[in-house]
Amino acid sequence: MNLVFKKETFRDDFTFKNSPEHVRRFPFPFHEDKYMYTVNIEPHTPGPVNSVFEFPIDVDEHYVSEMEDRALVLKDDPLRCQALPHMQLAEWDLVELLMVSMSEHYPEHFTLTRDGDKWHWINRPLGIDQQFTFGDTATLPYPPMEYITRQCQGDFCLIDQRDGNLWMDAGIVTTQADWSLDFDIGMNFMEWHGPVPLAHEAGVFDRALKFLMNLQLGKPVRRLNWTMSINPRLDTSPENFHKWGSDRMTVTPENIGEKVHLRVELQGLWRLPRSNAIVFSIRCYLISMNELVSVPKWARRMPRVLKNLPPELIDYKGLSRYRQMTIDWLSRFDDGAPTSPGGQPD
Amino acid sequence: MSMNLMSGSTEIPVRVADIVQVSERVKRFRFEPVAGGSMPVFSAGAHVVVSMNIGSRRARNPYSLMGSVTDLSAYEISVLKTVDSRGGSVFLHDSVKIGDQLTVSTPVNLFPVEQRGRKFILIAGGIGITPMIAMAEQLTAQKLPFELHYAYRNDQAGAYADTLKARYGHLVHLYIDSRDERIPLDALLKNQPLGTHLYVCGPGGMINWVLESGRKAGWPEENLHSERFLAPPSGKPFSVVLERSKKTVTVGEHESILEAIEASGVEPPYLCRGGACGQCLTCVVSCDGTLEHNDHYLAPEERDGNQKIMICVSRIKGSNLVLDL
Repeated sequence: MNLVFKKETFRDDFTFKNSPEHVRRFPFPFHEDKYMYTVNIEPHTPGPVNSVFEFPIDVDEHYVSEMEDRALVLKDDPLRCQALPHMQLAEWDLVELLMVSMSEHYPEHFTLTRDGDKWHWINRPLGIDQQFTFGDTATLPYPPMEYITRQCQGDFCLIDQRDGNLWMDAGIVTTQADWSLDFDIGMNFMEWHGPVPLAHEAGVFDRALKFLMNLQLGKPVRRLNWTMSINPRLDTSPENFHKWGSDRMTVTPENIGEKVHLRVELQGLWRLPRSNAIVFSIRCYLISMNELVSVPKWARRMPRVLKNLPPELIDYKGLSRYRQMTIDWLSRFDDGAPTSPGGQPD
Repeated sequence: MSMNLMSGSTEIPVRVADIVQVSERVKRFRFEPVAGGSMPVFSAGAHVVVSMNIGSRRARNPYSLMGSVTDLSAYEISVLKTVDSRGGSVFLHDSVKIGDQLTVSTPVNLFPVEQRGRKFILIAGGIGITPMIAMAEQLTAQKLPFELHYAYRNDQAGAYADTLKARYGHLVHLYIDSRDERIPLDALLKNQPLGTHLYVCGPGGMINWVLESGRKAGWPEENLHSERFLAPPSGKPFSVVLERSKKTVTVGEHESILEAIEASGVEPPYLCRGGACGQCLTCVVSCDGTLEHNDHYLAPEERDGNQKIMICVSRIKGSNLVLDL
């Protein structure tokens, strides 16, 4: 895909929009007309050309503007990026993973030259040209994880594995669906998943933990998660709830198409080679209801999924105030015809 | 979660670049990637599974990676020749020549260096020295304090003892059984600074002794780490019915259930092949005898429940086992 980086905002005047090509590549997460919790993990192997799964790390038309939004979040609140001291090796692992993947798959935008531990990184969209020594934090303008994740879309958590559990011991989290790294840092897998309803009873987290502890080098996995957001706001953090919480009150039948967004997280998990830690990436994709109904299959399926959600999930995802209004609005686009299996457009 | 998601592992074709007789019964093998370039980055404590075709049989043995985690031109393993084994080590010692091709899996680390540790005590018995060689390298590179205690049978058996002594000097302590030298474990376990982590690798009896002594000395479980070199024990042959695959296989005297199943073309998931990681955990549908749990993964109540079995090392006393595979 020939990438043209858009100049747009995820706050204040909210000028974010998807181009028609980007609407079609949106990772629509519903494979059928209803939604159920499952351990929906699959190998993170290359997907169709132009899909968000084509490459391990997806760079899209929103790249430059998302990085600007991240810089604004970090300026206001440096605690969005934290790393416990024992995670430094994992930070370097992440530098390698992201630089290698981005330069291999987007050579026109990123170049990495390596001569032993002397590395040279060029990021053309952001105008960065950096020579540094791999493993030597003093040779970068930021700590390693912060340095590279200021240049890569998506939130990243570095997870340590020890004592039969996984620990959230580092991360950069600025595009989150209402959770806080500052609150969760140092917690283990069961602790940070504590608030999720229904899934504990289904044993989902016990199985997922066992699975992730055996995650293999070179065999990353992914899953999709979803919620909904009012306005294309990347930073829906608990820290800033006072700025966005009341957005829910502004939804009216007239503005649903532009205000209500489906928010999908492409979550990736990689075993890191030097540290034996795991990187958990959470890449947020947004699509307005106006954009979504331009794909007839999604226009039919979306209201059906919303109708059949368990009450606990409606509450947990914060949809209560505008769900029915959204179903009513979307139902105009649902002619009742059957939908094909899978999430991709017909 | 799909079954085949983690089944097998990513295999790398390698060429045997060098074979060195290190001690009486230990040979070191150097594996270079057939495709050229570098081997994947690994961390100290990691192992690979080496696949070998022995006659019509495919053997897969796990071996710890040794050497420097920064030299990725090749992987190096050291193999102890065990005559009563199921053939893997004898094959590597007697049949594999420089230039031969084998495959190794991508590295798996079930024995990683705890990055929060302030000090490290490494205890090795015999061939259990191999992961410790990589650990000493990594700890040195990370500027973390360690001491290595290495016990072996006799003067001829101390693989790498001289090399380690030369490289690390007073950090290395050698104990030779035939000279009645013993690791002064009780003294070692006393008075260690807060944040000390102990790593032990060697024969089962030694590991039990070290861990038990550590617990008795009041060490937290979280600071005691071990890796066992557990080969699948042999026993009388029996048959296994794979209910979902609709196949019946015979497990030979010196074969594991996992190997017999793989030979039939079914590929259950595995990682360590040594009863440690839990990846090949399989549900038992029925068994006409008793399960012999040889793993160190299942909890006691799971063993007693007789509904789960680790097919890489465990067997049955009986004639027929039906598995949910």
